[in-house]
Amino acid sequence: MTRATQHHRSDERRFYALLALGGLVTLAGLGAAHLMEEQGHVITGMDNHVVWGLPHVFAIFMIVAGSGVLNVASIGSVFGIDVYKRRAPLSALLSLALLAGGLMVLMLDLGRPERLIVAATHYNFKSVFAWNVFLYSGMFAIVAIYLWTMFERRFNGYTQAVGIAALVWRFALTTGTGSIFGFLVARQAYQSALLAPLFIVLSFGWGLAVFLLVQSALLAWHGRTLDAAVRQRLMRLLGVFAAAALYLVAVYHMTNLYFARQDSFEAFILLGRGGGGVFALLFWAGYVVLGSLLPLLLVFHPRGMSEHGNLAASLLVLLGAFAWLYVFIIGGQAFPLDIFPGFEVRSSFGDGAVTSYVPRWPELLLGLGGIGAAFVVTVVGVRLFEFLPHDEPAAGAGSRKP
Amino acid sequence: MAHPRSAFGASPSRGRRQRTGKAGSAAPAWLRARVLLDLTALVFALAACTLPALAADGRTPQPVIEAARAGTQCIADPATMRREHPAILEHQRDATVRGGIRGAKASLKACIDCHASAVSGSVAKAESNFCVSCHAYAAVQIDCFGCHASRPQVTLARQLP
Amino acid sequence: MNPGQRDDPAPDVVPGPASRRGFLGVAAAAMGGTLLAGGVRLIEVAQAATPSPTAGANPKVRWGLLIDTEKCASGCTDCVTACNTENGLATPARPTDAQWIRKIEIKEINGQRSASLPVMCQHCADPPCVDVCPTGASFKRADGIVMVDRHTCIGCRYCVMACPYQARSFVHEPLSEQKPDVPRGKGCVESCTLCVHRIDQGQQNTACAEACTQAGHGAIVFGNLNDPDSEISRRARAAATTQLRADLRLGLGVRYQGL
Repeated sequence: MTRATQHHRSDERRFYALLALGGLVTLAGLGAAHLMEEQGHVITGMDNHVVWGLPHVFAIFMIVAGSGVLNVASIGSVFGIDVYKRRAPLSALLSLALLAGGLMVLMLDLGRPERLIVAATHYNFKSVFAWNVFLYSGMFAIVAIYLWTMFERRFNGYTQAVGIAALVWRFALTTGTGSIFGFLVARQAYQSALLAPLFIVLSFGWGLAVFLLVQSALLAWHGRTLDAAVRQRLMRLLGVFAAAALYLVAVYHMTNLYFARQDSFEAFILLGRGGGGVFALLFWAGYVVLGSLLPLLLVFHPRGMSEHGNLAASLLVLLGAFAWLYVFIIGGQAFPLDIFPGFEVRSSFGDGAVTSYVPRWPELLLGLGGIGAAFVVTVVGVRLFEFLPHDEPAAGAGSRKP
Repeated sequence: MAHPRSAFGASPSRGRRQRTGKAGSAAPAWLRARVLLDLTALVFALAACTLPALAADGRTPQPVIEAARAGTQCIADPATMRREHPAILEHQRDATVRGGIRGAKASLKACIDCHASAVSGSVAKAESNFCVSCHAYAAVQIDCFGCHASRPQVTLARQLP
Repeated sequence: MNPGQRDDPAPDVVPGPASRRGFLGVAAAAMGGTLLAGGVRLIEVAQAATPSPTAGANPKVRWGLLIDTEKCASGCTDCVTACNTENGLATPARPTDAQWIRKIEIKEINGQRSASLPVMCQHCADPPCVDVCPTGASFKRADGIVMVDRHTCIGCRYCVMACPYQARSFVHEPLSEQKPDVPRGKGCVESCTLCVHRIDQGQQNTACAEACTQAGHGAIVFGNLNDPDSEISRRARAAATTQLRADLRLGLGVRYQGL
């Protein structure tokens, strides 16, 4: 058996192993969704106060990261920078995979998932959700065409045009995602125009982090390493995005702190007062320290960065993403509505009281199932097509001969 | 750089090497298999078309539909109702929910009042009850009774202002 | 190929315009009859008689509630019980059960005043829940009642997020033995309908207002806000009314006095 055949065989084994792993996780998610559809949401930890639970945390993460991961391709196609151009196909594949996973979770978490056809035929165009139906399906189409222009040699000339269209489209999409919350006037956690641009900046960081992780994995399996100069460039970009996101989150909270009517909400989230301990912990430890400051330190430290440091920074950014989303989505619902400003409130429906939300297995499995679906799409995609970025080897870079 | 490989080592040009039919000989194996498959499908389709004729002599089981309450008359004949009841109910539900029109000819409550089984008091409880009988036979899921009561309720005297 | 249709001589005739016209004709005639029949007592027994459809939502009317919190006793839940009975809601209510109306006890921070009042869907003139519903299932009727068309609701719960009054509930499990007048089921969102089934059938009072009056408290009044002579309008003129979260300018159909 030649070394090439051995290599081929182990590749194939790895592919099937990963496919099986992803498939199992996805199946678990689908099974959980089936249980939820049959028995209702009563088997989850959600109730009439926290109606969007863990599945929404996963889904919104995937959708935001899915639109942000296309940033890598945009920088390549729109600004013509070669290092990013070579990474454009992988970025587009990840965008499709993450969007698919996120939408799968969202649609399966509906109270009536069998009514998707109703959602596709009845539209209230005042609702961001209705716009999202078009924005998300359009995104699939545009990214698919984008991939086609990149793979089909005779259409390579159109890549820039389609890339610009994809850029504009995903800005609209992420603005829509942020506006889902921004348009909610009644909730103290939302009701802010800042949420749309915040989500856009968050998408840049989270998408790039996912991209870097997947790229590292692919390169490692091919026995390649990333050229140091390219690595530094990408990591610096991740650092810039993480800093920009932290800045916007800081502005959001500082503005809230200026409004007396937001005092108790901010104390709940930032200081954990009144039952918000979990959220304060996740926000400061999960998002600020582990998810933003530590990656910044790893990226910008004057001593330079190892490959392990790369991976750690990307993983930490993703950890911070989940922490922030949990605080944002669930903390925003757990805090009671202020129907009677200036009054203490008590009722049989939990008015005036912080809701305690404890996720249960079905919603966790559903969320993970979405990640599994994105994983399967990515694994199959890189098996079928040439997605691995090929950089010109610089002096001293370690790349094995293929 | 050598011949491009995907990330998992699969070569893009795999699987396209079987063009080894002899020149001028019989059609290649895949074509013969395809034709055979098509012919089989055609035979089955023709057979399926003749099945209703077979049913004519009573070999196909029919649904057992309970009769409606004695002395009542449906809003249309059975053939029409079987064909049109989805559209009729769909139109009526919008008139009722969005327009507030209740007690119209195609009111669902009225349907249930007449068609409720004398035994179970419902249109959807047992297999022979009115709605379920045909729907179970045709394997078409009914969505209505997840929300709608399947039993009639005798309404009390009401006064207009 | 339906069973029983083999002997039908003309199975392809679509019963289109002719029968539709007939249906509309009967409906129009019945509507006219109902409008002229004011004051007549209708006894309906299982509707076996000729159908007489009701007039439907009247755009000139704006239904609303007036709640006098001074007459509302702390700890009294007559309205809640009446609503639960009328609409078939589960009691006692767990956090996953729907509550269309609930009693809230409020106490002024840094003050002495306290009050008790029922809160339900406020039937806004400019409802945020209607704005955010992707399918248009959450809608405002011509007569001002805000409700959910459960045929179109996909259960996304966006309206639950959007409501400033926490008025909407999501049905978390399969239901059975629903009231025939109040269809409700798993996976859809719902809220107070101002007893729309009663209003449509001519009984112009909600279950909560009726129960409160019959119990002798008189804290809840239901009526037409657009009619200056209705009881609700007269009482709203007599003393100042407030709307909850008036700063949101939603134009509520539920008004409170004594807050």
